[in-house]
Amino acid sequence: MSRARTRVDGPAKVAGVARYAADHPGPDLRHLALVTATVPAATISTVDTTAASAAPGVVAVLTHENAPRLAPPVGAPYGGRLPLQDNEVHYDGEPVAVVVADTLDHARAAADLVRVDYEVRAAITDFTAVTDLVVPSPPPRWGPADTNVGTPEPAEVTLARVYTTAARHHSPLEPSATHAEWRDGRLFVRDATQGVFGVRTVLSSVLGLPREDIRVVAEYTGGGFGAKGYVWPHQIIAAMTAVHLGGAVRLVLTRAQSFTSHGYQPPTRQRITVAAHRTGRIAALEHDSVSPTATYGGYVEMAANATRVLYAAPAIRTSHRIAPVNTILPTPMRAPHEGPGAFATESLMDELAHELGVDPLWLRLRNHADVDPTSGLPFAAKDLRACYREGARRFGWERRPLAPRSVRDGHDLVGWGMASAVMATFRFPASARVRLRVDGTVVVEAGCQEIGTGTYTILPQVAADVLGCPADQVTLRLGDTDLPETGMTAGSSTTLSVGSAISAAATTLTAQLAELAGADAVSLTGTTLELDGDPDRVVDLADLFAEHDLVEVTADGSFTPTDTGHSLHSFGAVFAEVAVDEDFGTCRVRRLVAVYNAGRIINPLTARGQMTGGLIWGIGQALLEQSTLDHELGRFVSKDLAGYLVATQADVGELEVAFVGEHDPHSGAIGARGIGELGAVGVAPAIANAVFHATGKRIRSLPITPENLL
Amino acid sequence: MTEQATENRTAIPVTARVSLRVNGVEHHLVVEPRMTLLDALREVIGLTGTKKGCDRGECGACTVHVDGRRVNACLTLAVMQDGHDVTTVEGLGTPENPHPVQRAFVANDALQCGFCTPGQVMAAAACIAEGNATAPHRIREWMSGNLCRCAAYPQIIAAIQEAAQADPVDPAHAR
Amino acid sequence: MPADTGFDYVRAADTAHALTLLDTPGAKPIAGGTDLVTLLRSGVDRTPLLVDLAALRGQAVRVEPRPPLGGPGIVLDALARMADVAADGWVRATYPVIAQALELSASPQVRNLGTVAGNLAQRTRCPYFRAEAPTPCAKRSPGSGCAARRGVQRGTAVFTADPDCVATHPSDLAVALAALDAEVLVESRAGERTIPVTEFYRPDAETVLRQGDLVTAVAVPPVAAGSRSAYLKVRERASFEFALVSCAAEVVLDGCVIRSARLAVGGVAGHPWRLTEAESALVGLELGAPAVRSAIDTAFAAADPLPGAVFKVELAARAAVRALRAAGSHR
Repeated sequence: MSRARTRVDGPAKVAGVARYAADHPGPDLRHLALVTATVPAATISTVDTTAASAAPGVVAVLTHENAPRLAPPVGAPYGGRLPLQDNEVHYDGEPVAVVVADTLDHARAAADLVRVDYEVRAAITDFTAVTDLVVPSPPPRWGPADTNVGTPEPAEVTLARVYTTAARHHSPLEPSATHAEWRDGRLFVRDATQGVFGVRTVLSSVLGLPREDIRVVAEYTGGGFGAKGYVWPHQIIAAMTAVHLGGAVRLVLTRAQSFTSHGYQPPTRQRITVAAHRTGRIAALEHDSVSPTATYGGYVEMAANATRVLYAAPAIRTSHRIAPVNTILPTPMRAPHEGPGAFATESLMDELAHELGVDPLWLRLRNHADVDPTSGLPFAAKDLRACYREGARRFGWERRPLAPRSVRDGHDLVGWGMASAVMATFRFPASARVRLRVDGTVVVEAGCQEIGTGTYTILPQVAADVLGCPADQVTLRLGDTDLPETGMTAGSSTTLSVGSAISAAATTLTAQLAELAGADAVSLTGTTLELDGDPDRVVDLADLFAEHDLVEVTADGSFTPTDTGHSLHSFGAVFAEVAVDEDFGTCRVRRLVAVYNAGRIINPLTARGQMTGGLIWGIGQALLEQSTLDHELGRFVSKDLAGYLVATQADVGELEVAFVGEHDPHSGAIGARGIGELGAVGVAPAIANAVFHATGKRIRSLPITPENLL
Repeated sequence: MTEQATENRTAIPVTARVSLRVNGVEHHLVVEPRMTLLDALREVIGLTGTKKGCDRGECGACTVHVDGRRVNACLTLAVMQDGHDVTTVEGLGTPENPHPVQRAFVANDALQCGFCTPGQVMAAAACIAEGNATAPHRIREWMSGNLCRCAAYPQIIAAIQEAAQADPVDPAHAR
Repeated sequence: MPADTGFDYVRAADTAHALTLLDTPGAKPIAGGTDLVTLLRSGVDRTPLLVDLAALRGQAVRVEPRPPLGGPGIVLDALARMADVAADGWVRATYPVIAQALELSASPQVRNLGTVAGNLAQRTRCPYFRAEAPTPCAKRSPGSGCAARRGVQRGTAVFTADPDCVATHPSDLAVALAALDAEVLVESRAGERTIPVTEFYRPDAETVLRQGDLVTAVAVPPVAAGSRSAYLKVRERASFEFALVSCAAEVVLDGCVIRSARLAVGGVAGHPWRLTEAESALVGLELGAPAVRSAIDTAFAAADPLPGAVFKVELAARAAVRALRAAGSHR
């Protein structure tokens, strides 16, 4: 059942009483400040901590010379590079020391007094200058590096283009923070994370502590977008310092440090070719993407994944190569893979439509993929055609003049563009527990996270649906390694994966209750159970529990992703209207209409927020966001929110979002698929295509800035 | 000043006595001059509702009211606010007894991760009191000092419009 | 590394007290703090003594007759908050360019703290100057060169008079005041002096103020009858961003013919760039005439931008044309 429900954690958040990782005081709390490398590749010759150690309030200064030794990490996809273990620097911003002091100001002042001398080595930060490209090995988690299916048909039109996207930073408003306490041989961590279990696994391995002696908690995480998915050096440093010194420590990254501490979305250079018949039918697609990785680890931005599934081409060839550079390891960022990739695929489709003189939407329908063209598998509950149809209707697409530069409004050139959205469905194993108490309250337990997606609100709705009770009767406990284990809250996976586990647990619970009550089925209302759907057959929980000498009934459930023989993707269609000031080249998005096909929507209210948020991420990707590397210094420039531009309130025009399609029986147990990442896909090409329609200029490099359009 | 002036710095930081009236309660603090109002609220007084997103005036998460005006608590020193009246999100309303703006934020789903939300709420309350919560385009401009990376922007506009109707301009707050 | 450094802090009781304190080597005045607090806490500024001027704040805007020009001019208190000046009825009616420049600056929160003098004295937004760790930057380490010259250049000046620095000054207010021939009133223990806003900055975007100087007010001369003005800011983000380029325009028309025009451009130099040559060439032209653009181009003949800032010359010229026409069509 789909029901709009306001956020249960809303009242706490709007009143400022929801506590995040850095919001927990303590009588013996000590503050950490990182000293980070200012060069991209070097050997540390000396570290002088004399002045820092003598500064007011300083308790300790740890460097590679005196920090505790760490064991090899398990489950650490950030490249496995451990902090403060050797004298090597692999990227600007790598931690080289940590200061422990009584106050934050003292820690930061002392950090400034640590003197580090480097023997600087030659570094490369420009991935386009790397000549020895690497074939990803082992194969990336998100699919093979290369695919090649079918035989190209002879074609009348061939377009070969290069598209590029910029390096971007996740920039959640909450800077990463880790609060670690070592007491009585146990480690307690409050972390700004998208996955408490991943944090525990890594800390357990590097610190040599049994998992049961580590508890990681995150009741609220102030946005992640991928930055808080994996475990990064700062989390290890905080935990290591707490164990080393005892008591409680807190490490909060500065905004500048957040640009070099937990990955970034790598820039991409994508060569893409389409061959087509004059009839509009695609004869072949090729998509080759290159992106940087770190010198010490591999991350692949799977930009060509979109081309693997979007259109029914008789031949599709794709490849991904990576270029090692001296930066921190890139990492997934909303929306990974298809986000940068669809810019190329969907811009090229617009170019082809223009070349053929046909409507871009018609061209997409002409080449609609009824089955996954690379795997040959049927799609799970795909209804992209309905997205196109409904989006076009809401947008008024049929009124679009075909020729560019057709519409003018004062100083503005107005253009309309559209693009498809596609996102692979990520699923993780998950477990959950559902408890029913005698007073009728239902407690759902699952160690996933609330990062803004509405977990506290949505998952109780899943349990309530099964139990038959109102969602308000159900509360969720999450973000704690003492609770049943789940995957990280990332890749739009939580509602689907954890929801499926909760559904299983709740189903088991109802079966148990039915058995206790001697019925075939039960439905919970307040403190009573209705038996077999008969309003006249009601049993009071108090009586039932007393009869069986119970204080509560508990059931566990789990979800294991299985191969159902389907290609699991969500789809959408995005329509954009832009206004480009002809004098200044400034582009504003007047309106976006987006229609999505993403399975069952549990909570339309929070789902709308996910999609409008994704659309605004797309506006940022299209027009604003880029982290520029100064290759001479080997550093990102403007590590702040004045230089790294994310959309403000004023950058947002009218947004309209709708969903089509219903239950997906293949992806999980509750009919849902992921949505949050999907919303950020297809927006940039829709905007770029609208810019072309407005101005006649085809911009193949993101973001589109005024100097491109003057 | 260049970094050559380093030797002029005091070796041992001096401290100052500061009186702040926060949410109607008088607080007497001893702080170093370099402590921001934000750190004083969060670390000394223990009011962690006000968030530190950038510590540079670039995100708005630390928005509080000083003498009724919205300001970035990270851009002013605690010593500079001696004797002033500060309202934080905790002083605006509570989960049980929310301010109309807080109620409207929940009703309109004007938040996601919640980290920017206290700043948004404080800015929104000021925006309404200033008389700037009129047409949507005006609210957008006058709320652009508060970044929301989750981008709940359209919902925030809806919430402010709703709250502005529920809570007409308070002449005592309008400036 | 960011450096939080200890500093002393004193609240000045009155102007005389402030002037005495500001004679201390390295001492700096602080009022709103919106720029200085960030610079202090990030280690870019190492001031040993802050002199808080809050007690000196006077009436934000005073309307004063200023002979011999006839109509009344205004005096902005140095400590007037940006928001208060922008909201002032006389300013809005008589000098819309000032109100617009202020309301297009920063955010409402910053404008509630920031002051007139602090806004004028803020330092460049050059990302190399403000970097979290020192870079080659003559401002932070004299003689270290200029990373921006071979780095990211879109924020650099297009009039680059200083070989060691290509910074632009970020104040919108300064651009508006430069177009209006405003003057900065400065006091020190040596006495009082006035500095035209157009001469208030060095080519490297620093002010000409010396140790011991205190800005007390900004005087804006009266405008001629029929004066119209407007401020135009070009930036990527729709709000809350410093200008790529900006332009303040003040014009008096005779029908649609320009009788007098004053134009200042921001984002192109270490100081607001008055388009002096253009202003005389504009007189007698019709506001909508194509010759307006050629007249404005005369003021950009001397531009010598770095490769990454070349586009800003064209952008600035177009902004000047648009600002002039916007001013002319106001009211």
